[in-house]
Amino acid sequence: MQCPKCRAPMHTYNRNGVQIEQCSGCRGIFLDYGELESLTRLEAQWSQPAPPAPPAAPQAYPATPQPPAWGAPHGGHYGHHGRHKSFGRMLFSS
Amino acid sequence: MTADALLPDLAARVRDMAHSRTPACRCGATGTLADRPDGTVVRHEDTVAKAHAPGADPAALARRLAAAARLPDVFLPPLDPSPAGLHDRLVTFWPYGVPVDPDDPDAAPWEAVAALLARLHRTPAPVPLPAMRGPAEAARAVTRLRALGPVPAAGPVLRAWAALPPWARAEAPMPDGTTLCHGDLHLGQLVRVFGGSWRLIDVDDLGVGVPAWDLARPAAWYACGLLPGEEWGRFLDAYRAAGGPAVPGGGDPWAVLDVPARALTVQTAARMIVKAAADGRHPDEVERSVIDACARMAAVPPRPAHASAG
Repeated sequence: MQCPKCRAPMHTYNRNGVQIEQCSGCRGIFLDYGELESLTRLEAQWSQPAPPAPPAAPQAYPATPQPPAWGAPHGGHYGHHGRHKSFGRMLFSS
Repeated sequence: MTADALLPDLAARVRDMAHSRTPACRCGATGTLADRPDGTVVRHEDTVAKAHAPGADPAALARRLAAAARLPDVFLPPLDPSPAGLHDRLVTFWPYGVPVDPDDPDAAPWEAVAALLARLHRTPAPVPLPAMRGPAEAARAVTRLRALGPVPAAGPVLRAWAALPPWARAEAPMPDGTTLCHGDLHLGQLVRVFGGSWRLIDVDDLGVGVPAWDLARPAAWYACGLLPGEEWGRFLDAYRAAGGPAVPGGGDPWAVLDVPARALTVQTAARMIVKAAADGRHPDEVERSVIDACARMAAVPPRPAHASAG
């Protein structure tokens, strides 16, 4: 068929199971009866909220509760390797 | 009596006690395990003697000692159920237990200490006891900090202290007057006994009060960013698994931990500032992290969990 606007030939494409005609000249699109509704339905499915994320992978230990509001900024001062000597002393004193 | 006279006399007493327990004593050296203003501890073979702080209340110590003797699954039991006198000090005798290695805090038995605390908190007081002394000790540390005079680091620490409810500053009775508490929990308060299980030591602050206080030092270390969350989680989970009553069985534990953890953070910061000043140095990185936590408290008022709790 010819484009009703610019008269260039239109080609048929399949978009997600819906046949649409697109003009090879002006790129305009022609929809048959019901095709707009089909596309709207498809769009609605895509824009639905994503299904809930799968539960987080089990950790080496259950997630720890959050520190209080006055707690140290994320990460704190400790490292994985070697503790500060001063902290070691603190663990053993009043 | 001079301070110099105490140590040799205490050593003689611990040798006598050791020999009464084990006549065929191998008789190695008598060692000093601690010699601080708040207590002197000596050891001869498998026997330990502690000279308690000057001015310790004899009646209160006797009750605390009696309670420990009645809780052998939680506390190291004393060898003698009542304190002895030595010069102007009260002396108690104990079997030797192996402490946690201070050079290897990663080996801390978090699960074991949590289970011991849960058991302690669930046990009705076996004898009438005075109040747990945690808040009183925190107040003492703050008094010493004030005595230092104007020190820049002290400002946020004293402000955090002032924001606490009166019970946490030992200015009013605690909202819980029945639960048994250790009162001064840290990793130096654990020893391994024959057979490999752990027991709590140090009855000086034992009493009735708010049991969250006993969880609040590890909680404070975690809040200050010093104790890794994984270790705090192990401790808290083990306490809950053992049916400990200080925190709800699930959900946010900070409703009850907030006030005691603030108080112990303030106490720790106060002691650190006083120590740094005595050493003539500025607070180090770890000490600053505790002081910084006090400064952050200003932005968030304490949670009132215990204000209305019965």
